[in-house]
Amino acid sequence: MKTADETLDEILSLAAAHFKVPREKLGPDDDFFKKLGINSLQTLDLLTKLENHFQVELPDYELQGVSDFRTLAGRIQARL
Amino acid sequence: MHEGKTGASLIERVRQEERAMSWTLVEGVIELALHRSPCNELGTASLAELEKFAAVLESLQTEAHALIIYSEMKPGFCAGADLRELYQRSQSMEKADAAKGVRDFLERIHLVLTLIDSTPLTTIAAVHGVTFGGGFELALACDLIIADKMARFCFPELRLGLIPGFGGIPRLKRDLGNAVVRDLLLTGRSINATRAQQVGLVSQVVGEGEALRAARATAMQLGKFDRATASAAKSFIKPIPHEELRREIDLFCQLFARPAVQAGLRKFVESTDALPYLP
Repeated sequence: MKTADETLDEILSLAAAHFKVPREKLGPDDDFFKKLGINSLQTLDLLTKLENHFQVELPDYELQGVSDFRTLAGRIQARL
Repeated sequence: MHEGKTGASLIERVRQEERAMSWTLVEGVIELALHRSPCNELGTASLAELEKFAAVLESLQTEAHALIIYSEMKPGFCAGADLRELYQRSQSMEKADAAKGVRDFLERIHLVLTLIDSTPLTTIAAVHGVTFGGGFELALACDLIIADKMARFCFPELRLGLIPGFGGIPRLKRDLGNAVVRDLLLTGRSINATRAQQVGLVSQVVGEGEALRAARATAMQLGKFDRATASAAKSFIKPIPHEELRREIDLFCQLFARPAVQAGLRKFVESTDALPYLP
């Protein structure tokens, strides 16, 4: 099983690659809406990417109010 | 509209760049392409075009064996009903007129979707990205759903104080177990293509950008079968839930009359939330 740090690192790399943002510009506590510049439809894209990558299902409502990578990683880690 | 010959195939193409959709007939396969920005929201203009397509479908189906519906818009297959238009229209009308307008809209779109549902052709929804609300209902009218792995399905209507109104519940219930229907309907959460395939909603999950190609390959295979047999098999296995569809319209209209719906529509229209389809 992945550690929490590994999960967080994979999320940062995946988000950087998908939204074409340099990986080094993303940090665990960054607001991903601001850093990635994504709208609601792109947020769904990110959710789908993460679900496919980690092979988990993350109900949308668990993401409500989540805006930083670290908390997002915690939600995914809880389902691995 | 123009016609031309490509090899042995007759090509008919109706392309109206300013319109919400266009269709072609190539080698026995009708393709309905949705291309209204941003994500094929279904409002009065789109409905009028769907009705035109439905009229054409009845004449084209003697020359075809399959219908593929897909989207040319990047965000997805279809984001559902045009809620901004619905809100604006309901604000500009007397309450009774707005209610009548909603019922009329629902009855018209039900006619089109039931026609697609019951056509003797084998129908395929090739979906990607957002397949929400009315878009999900359009896909459910088809015989097969082929999904790009980035597709997401959702019935978000409860957030507005409504239920799906384009035939979604009866058609989903026809295809899936009641527990899955309740999960999607009552939580309003979205599910990805893999989950949709696991529950039996999606027949094939393909890579990003591959849904239309896979749908065309499937349609080519369908062309090898005797049409009368395929049509008989379809009508045997896919009954139209007429009574439940009627009750759905009645329930939707009953719910629409409540003030909570206007408040829900306003909240959605004015929302800047990242996930505006959630309450």
